[in-house]
Amino acid sequence: MGFEFNGKFYETDDDGYLTNLDDWNQEVANYIAQQEGIEMTESHWEVVNFLRDYYSEYKIAPMIKILIKEMKKMFGPEKGNNAYLYQLYPAGPALQACKIAGLPKPTGCV
Amino acid sequence: MSDDLKTPLLDELEKGPWPSFVKDLKQMASKKPMVKDLLRQLEKSYRDKRGYWKHGGLVGIMGYGGGVIGRYTALPDEFPGVSHFHTLRVNQPSGWFYTSKALNELMDIWDAHGSGLLNVHGSTGDLVFLGTVTDELEPTFRDLTAKDWDLGGSGSDLRTPSCCVGPARCENACYDTLALTYDLTHKYQDELHRPMFNYKYKIKMSGCPNDCTAAIARSDMGIIGIWKDDIQVDQAAFAEYVDSGMDIQGSVVDKCPTGCISVEGKEIKIDNSNCVKCMHCINTLPKALRVGKERGAAVTIGAKAPIVEGALFGSVMIPFMKMDNFEDMHDLIERIWEFWDEHGKNRERIGECVERIGLATFIEGIGLDPVPQMVKQPRDNPYIFYEEYYEEES
Ligand code: HEM
Ligand code: HEM
Ligand code: SF4
Ligand code: SF4
Repeated sequence: MGFEFNGKFYETDDDGYLTNLDDWNQEVANYIAQQEGIEMTESHWEVVNFLRDYYSEYKIAPMIKILIKEMKKMFGPEKGNNAYLYQLYPAGPALQACKIAGLPKPTGCV
Repeated sequence: MSDDLKTPLLDELEKGPWPSFVKDLKQMASKKPMVKDLLRQLEKSYRDKRGYWKHGGLVGIMGYGGGVIGRYTALPDEFPGVSHFHTLRVNQPSGWFYTSKALNELMDIWDAHGSGLLNVHGSTGDLVFLGTVTDELEPTFRDLTAKDWDLGGSGSDLRTPSCCVGPARCENACYDTLALTYDLTHKYQDELHRPMFNYKYKIKMSGCPNDCTAAIARSDMGIIGIWKDDIQVDQAAFAEYVDSGMDIQGSVVDKCPTGCISVEGKEIKIDNSNCVKCMHCINTLPKALRVGKERGAAVTIGAKAPIVEGALFGSVMIPFMKMDNFEDMHDLIERIWEFWDEHGKNRERIGECVERIGLATFIEGIGLDPVPQMVKQPRDNPYIFYEEYYEEES
């Protein structure tokens, strides 16, 4: 599986998650977001950037509770809650934001 | 794929005296091609002695993380009708009270969008819609919400709170299970629809220790009605049981687990200080005996099915709690979630977390004092010294 974008082929798994972490860049992130029906704003990037930072440090996507806690620490309680994250990523913050961040598919159920 | 349906192994299940799901499925199969493939796949499973479902999948409703359980056949070429066969959990009304109009609405929705197969009700408490394709999920949800229904929980979230019929139909109810269920369902909508826990968290409410929702065995948090004072006795009604020739000794006195019942002539005496509230005498002599007047609920923590670790029963955390308002309950629930969030591991139920960390640390963490009711069994090791002991020594 995979998709073409700007003349380059990007390999993905069955659910559309990039296979190679290094293929990722801002443009392709915007493209994946578009496919998901999401227009990336400052707020969307905050989540995606956090996920990438976390992944590069721990080699695993954070559990949702950690994402919420860290968002709370960095941006305050208005952004550190699940309802807010679902507003940004209605199909589920873990699933959708990880896809846009170019991380592997999270194994949990969200 | 030919249209005829040969299921010799499944047909066996229609034989005995019991109602058979095979019969139901066949009825539906004449209307719904997907049910035909469901039967075919099941027949093949029986023949080959293995299941052909893939587990899990990334499906859901926009804005919700829970409520839909993705299912796909492993053999989509052979059984295209069940290439998707997702389950939806529909949040049931407290105590499972429906009008026939409401049930008709639900069936119409499911007839239009899915297999038409229902599970009323599943072990979770929800009304379950069994089997539809991904493209029908949003339309099903749209039609449900248009009629004021909502999805229940699934995944690592608060599962749909569920209760017994309680005071609506049952004289044993020691608190309003329906009201508490309604209250918790509304208060914790975010936790119910948007998974953020380590794993699932089930709350079940039973009005008395008969525990009709099996909260003690099937919920991370069981809220079970209980009384504090004496069992109410109507001696005249008791005398009538005696006069009727009932074997009071054999069926009541001898069966009291703590032997705290005695009978003198036509009078029953209960040593309430030794009663463990098993409900046996009250269930057997409903006209003569009733639960006490000072009513509330006990809270158990930690029951679960044998998935990761072995099966656990719930343990009593709070032996008695007034149920006049639910604020203390909210407070308790939130303290437990906070502790579990802090200390629990991914995919670890609260019961397993408490076992790993130790009950003492847990109750301290959620701000409870130890009480004798928390003791599972008396200690058999004499070489334990308590902090108080050292304080006295020094
Ligand atoms: C090796 C195969 C499977 C494993 C290891 C597995 C494991 C599990 C586990 C751990 C749960 C959670 C149980 C709980 O604690 O409540 C679960 C629930 C569930 N599973 Fe599976 N499962 C398997 C196959 C299937 C298949 C083939 C289906 C359907 C075709 C299925 C349908 C379900 C459903 C509907 C639930 C939710 C039940 C409820 O909450 O009442 N599973 N499964
Ligand atoms: C011989 C066949 C089957 C047997 C013996 C069986 C048995 C059971 C039992 C005992 C439960 C727990 C019910 C409860 O405690 O309320 C259950 C739950 C369930 N079953 Fe089956 N089942 C069978 C076939 C199926 C099939 C074919 C499906 C779907 C295609 C299915 C889907 C479910 C689901 C979704 C639940 C959980 C409902 C909930 O969320 O509570 N079952 N089943
Ligand atoms: S649990 Fe008790 S109160 Fe609830 S329905 Fe059963 S017997 Fe009645
Ligand atoms: S409720 Fe159970 S323990 Fe209590 S008196 Fe009756 S039979 Fe005995």
